[in-house]
Amino acid sequence: MNILKTLAFGIAALGLTAPAAMAEWQPRKPIDFVIMAGPGGGADQIARFIQSVAEKKDMTSRPLIPNNKGGGSGAEALIWLNTASDPDHTILVTLNSFFSTPIRQPDLGIDIQNFTPIAMMGVDPFALWVQKDSGIETFEQWVETVKAADGEYTTGGTGTGQEDSIVFAYLNNAFDLKSKYIPFDGGGAVAAALAGKQIMATVNNPAEARGFFQSGDVRPLLVFSDEQMSAYPDIPTLKEKGHDFSYYNQRAVVGAPGMSDEAAAYYQKLFEDIFNSEEWQGYLEAESLSPLWMNPEEQRAYWQLQVENHTKLLAGMK
Amino acid sequence: MEILSLLGDGILVAVQPLNLLLIFVGVTLGLFIGAMPGLGSVNGVAILLPITFLVPPGSAIIFLAAIYYGAMYGGAISSITLGIPGASTAVATTFDGRPLALQGKARLALVAAAIASFVGGTVSVVLFTGFAPLLATVALSFGPPEIFALMLLAFATFVGLGGDDIAKTVFSICFGLVLATVGFDQISGAPRLVLFEMNGFLGGISFLVLAIGVYGIGEMIWTIESTRGEVTNTEAKISVKGIFEDTGTTFKKGWKGMSIGSFLGFFVGVLPAAGATPASLMSYGVTKMISKRPDDFGKGHVGGVAAPEAANNSASTGSMLPMLTLGIPGSPTTAILLGGMVIWGLTPGPRLFVEQSDFVWGLIGSFYVSNFFAVIVNLAFIPLFIWMLRMPFTVLAPLIFVLSVVGGYAAMQDMFDIWLLLIFGFGAFFLRKFDYPVAPAVLAIVLGPIAEPTLRQSLLLSSGDPAIFFNRPISAPIMIVAIILILMPAFKYLRPRRAKPAE
Amino acid sequence: MRVGEIVTAGVLALLSIYLMYKASANGIGFVAKTGPQGGFWPFWLSLGMLISTGFIALNWVRGTSPQSQSDEPVLDSYGLKTLLLVGGGIIGFVALIDIVSMYGAVAIFMLYYLKVLGRHGWFLTSMMVLLFPLGLFFFFEGLMQISMPTGMGFTEPVFNVLYEIIY
Repeated sequence: MNILKTLAFGIAALGLTAPAAMAEWQPRKPIDFVIMAGPGGGADQIARFIQSVAEKKDMTSRPLIPNNKGGGSGAEALIWLNTASDPDHTILVTLNSFFSTPIRQPDLGIDIQNFTPIAMMGVDPFALWVQKDSGIETFEQWVETVKAADGEYTTGGTGTGQEDSIVFAYLNNAFDLKSKYIPFDGGGAVAAALAGKQIMATVNNPAEARGFFQSGDVRPLLVFSDEQMSAYPDIPTLKEKGHDFSYYNQRAVVGAPGMSDEAAAYYQKLFEDIFNSEEWQGYLEAESLSPLWMNPEEQRAYWQLQVENHTKLLAGMK
Repeated sequence: MEILSLLGDGILVAVQPLNLLLIFVGVTLGLFIGAMPGLGSVNGVAILLPITFLVPPGSAIIFLAAIYYGAMYGGAISSITLGIPGASTAVATTFDGRPLALQGKARLALVAAAIASFVGGTVSVVLFTGFAPLLATVALSFGPPEIFALMLLAFATFVGLGGDDIAKTVFSICFGLVLATVGFDQISGAPRLVLFEMNGFLGGISFLVLAIGVYGIGEMIWTIESTRGEVTNTEAKISVKGIFEDTGTTFKKGWKGMSIGSFLGFFVGVLPAAGATPASLMSYGVTKMISKRPDDFGKGHVGGVAAPEAANNSASTGSMLPMLTLGIPGSPTTAILLGGMVIWGLTPGPRLFVEQSDFVWGLIGSFYVSNFFAVIVNLAFIPLFIWMLRMPFTVLAPLIFVLSVVGGYAAMQDMFDIWLLLIFGFGAFFLRKFDYPVAPAVLAIVLGPIAEPTLRQSLLLSSGDPAIFFNRPISAPIMIVAIILILMPAFKYLRPRRAKPAE
Repeated sequence: MRVGEIVTAGVLALLSIYLMYKASANGIGFVAKTGPQGGFWPFWLSLGMLISTGFIALNWVRGTSPQSQSDEPVLDSYGLKTLLLVGGGIIGFVALIDIVSMYGAVAIFMLYYLKVLGRHGWFLTSMMVLLFPLGLFFFFEGLMQISMPTGMGFTEPVFNVLYEIIY
């Protein structure tokens, strides 16, 4: 990075702050910053944002190097960490496939409790979206429409077993609905398919639907958070509709199994600093993420709870 | 007229000293990153993203776009000089670029690639300036059936690409398409074809692993073996006059290819799921098809270099459009640019042109300026690449082997893929000995991952009814043209076969 | 050549059958209402591969393909030597990566190829052996931020010095 930094120095004539105070353990080589998704998705954007904050503030003595391993719904990334030759320099940005993929693919032999908790950077809520000119204005109308279509209603998402399909599966069970589900390649493609009228409804993160929401192409009908979201005033939650269900995508960082305690402490401190930075807090706000800071023990307990929840939800999908 | 004044302002932004310097550095870096097999614009853009925090967002995206442009020019360099398509967008460039280099006309091929890239880039920014909002609407109406029809059309334009042995060509196509499905089934969410239960296959087989293995290892060993080590190197002299002469030749022989590439490339590039790779392949195929002497293609035709190069640059500009106006990235590189915009607090989407018009027009202005600089920088470096080709073959060969392995690792960062690359390389060597064409397999692994999911998405949409491809206004005509094109050579092939027994 | 042609077709046929077997695990049918299953595309295309090898074999029997009439050996002594020296060198190179790191392996491979196969002078050889891997290191690790394998533990002191230079 030095070469480029020097270059950028010359161009922008900007100074960089001195490295943070020395902790006991320091990375000796570039940190393999594995991303559980391909380039461009929500998880990737977050990883690159984190990397850029660390870079901007010069928080690490060795750079975080993003490494997209999105294959097999995250299975590729989990195996990569499980077999990492240098666990002290390998960390992973996760989403909910961290829980669901090991459940769906027991052959992988992944036990997520072996991984090292580092930081919970926030949780990303979901909303149900339809086209604005579909004429559907409330969730009740939507349920009516889907029922009337008798299985011909088309929804879309990022793939069977992915976060949005879990939410759809819950809705289908709870309201006795039948609809077609078309998998697309990533949240951006899903949002565009909805705006382009290829499909009729989606469950998507606010960040991915934002462009079309602002332009007035799509509208949210329901949010799956615990409370109403300030970004979408007066849009009810599923809980208000009498179903005790909320669903978030976790945006967390975990370390490879077998990471030393000193290294784990270093990364926990690093990501706590990033979490508390103005940039990250601004990002959470702008992208409608909820902060949900947890210490390592709380993270482990949260993992346990999520594994139980996902086991139930995935069992209900069949 | 309003557009012109906005564009004027945009160009003024782009030629500010800081931005101009960023463009110059960006295209030069991009050129070398693109020329390295295994690395492409996506690497350059991803890695440079963080340093852009040191400059204002407007300048940052101009810098990144300059790298993107530079890398697009650079991709052709590895296709021509090393014979390895360093990025999927440059596959078609190897078909004629490599033969030209082997005939000692590397300079002509490199000049043709640079000039065609410039023409493609320029045509596309003009189209971009004039029709951006309109095209965004068209792009949205392309759903899975339309994209599948387009992929079929891309295949159709290549039916004649294989060798003389039909059975071996069919084998190669099918093999590439099957390899493309290894790893993970996006539609059902289940692992698929995890060969020999090896976890390394879960991530799928990258185009780069196959292409670098086949061309960088297999073809190289074959060349050494079949020429008995007496490889004739390029004799091309390096002179400014020569470069001008080659520019003239490019326009004279390659104008058709350039025009087709520029326009077709742009329209295919605008479509969110398609992008620059199918665009360059289709342009090559169409140029060959309408040529008076299609047999010259694949043996070193200038048009065969000009068409895909014009197309991939044009499509790269085109693929900025769905990113900016729809927020959907048309390629991994634009996906990262999109991430960058989010980091800078800009929301891509239909409102971007209205709310951030300074930013948008600054970027468009920088397309013009970047493109201009890219062609100058590229032409200036041609002597360096020619010089590389004049090294003794026993120096060049190990360099190519090393670049293949190092580049292959850099692309996927997994030793598993390097061993796979070697297996493909040695496999390709033997298949080459028995006259199996390998290009169809490489094409198939590029187009297959788009074709299969869109086919299945379409059939899900229609509840399994294939009529969906024929009752939608855009997909129907594309499908019909594709089917006619596929059947046409089949008739041609049938005739000589019937004649055979009479011999 | 003649024997090689049919052996190659046979090997490829076996490969096709294996791929068909693997694809069948995902369901190869065309389900009413939802279209093809996960294994549909690879299975039927693998069948296409198998049928192609069938035609290749048929052409061999009828002697219509040039390879099936040729009595030339697949690899003559020169070809075999090339394949062993060049191909073997590359395999050795890749095998060394996990031991002496990517850059170490590049240096050894360059030494082998330039000196043993190319018979170049010591000056050119030593320049390439030293400067090329070093150049690659600064390009990939410094500029592109891609870290290559560092091999076994004993290379660590060298890399620590190099990392200190670039970061």
